[in-house]
Amino acid sequence: MAKRQTDLAHRRKLVLAQEFFRRIPHGESIGMAAVDVGDDFVVSRLPYSGALVGNPATGHLHGGVVTTMIDQTSGAAAVATLDPPEVVATLDMRIDHLRAAAPGRDILAKAQCYKITGNIAFVRCVVYEDDEREPFATSMSTFMRSTVPGRGMVEGAREER
Amino acid sequence: MDLMQEVARAREANDHARVVELIPYARTLNMDFYDAPEGLMFRLRYQDANIGNPNVPALHGGVIGAFMEHAGIFHILWHNESSVLPRVIDFSIDYLRPGRPEDTFALCRVWRQGKRVANVAVEAWQSDPDKPIATARAHFLLSPPAGDSREG
Repeated sequence: MAKRQTDLAHRRKLVLAQEFFRRIPHGESIGMAAVDVGDDFVVSRLPYSGALVGNPATGHLHGGVVTTMIDQTSGAAAVATLDPPEVVATLDMRIDHLRAAAPGRDILAKAQCYKITGNIAFVRCVVYEDDEREPFATSMSTFMRSTVPGRGMVEGAREER
Repeated sequence: MDLMQEVARAREANDHARVVELIPYARTLNMDFYDAPEGLMFRLRYQDANIGNPNVPALHGGVIGAFMEHAGIFHILWHNESSVLPRVIDFSIDYLRPGRPEDTFALCRVWRQGKRVANVAVEAWQSDPDKPIATARAHFLLSPPAGDSREG
């Protein structure tokens, strides 16, 4: 019984995350989708596409594609961790490109929100083809929490300062 | 296709658009660059597909970052400072203001250019250059690929 309730809560959370991804026009336009979600993490998948290439001679994805994927997945992880969910805005992000992504392969990003304070959510993320323990990119980012509660699963609503 | 030969040809013809044409994800984002009094100016043309939050609406933070990374690479390519396509080592970005649904501009400064690595700072703004929406810093590898770890 407890397991079924957990499964149901997990499915509901995943549906919310998938909806969150669908409502982000750029992510939707390049085919990024949420594929798993937990209490403090989100996993997304991006299908390989010629429109995302940075080096046409080799077929390698552009580094900026990785930036886009990390920003969106990390924001989603912060939102998924906050209870109730709320709007977050990216403050900063640092990405290390450990190696090139294998050309022609779909890529996955797993972002984990490992600390939340009154104002800030801290998120780390790995990007990989098959195995999260062998990432081609890693990142650390911070997100500003919203001053408006209860408007979750929407990213980027920054206040003008 | 020899990419660097194509780049060299475009530069000789002063054909900025040809360089953008070569890189698919730069085309996808709808950006271009041109000579301006301030230096080599990069522009991210507004398009609905670059939105991250339709409710505000605001540009996707990742798109702003990707645009600034493209700018750094094109800046190095245009100034003939590399014999290979620069490959990003790391990229750091600070978001200062939301990106409104309008054109975004960027300028680059190469702080240090060695044989193997370039350190590039990028600043992005919209209607007011005194109100940047993001600043970024990147390291690019300029040496030819060696071994199997970072080929390309």
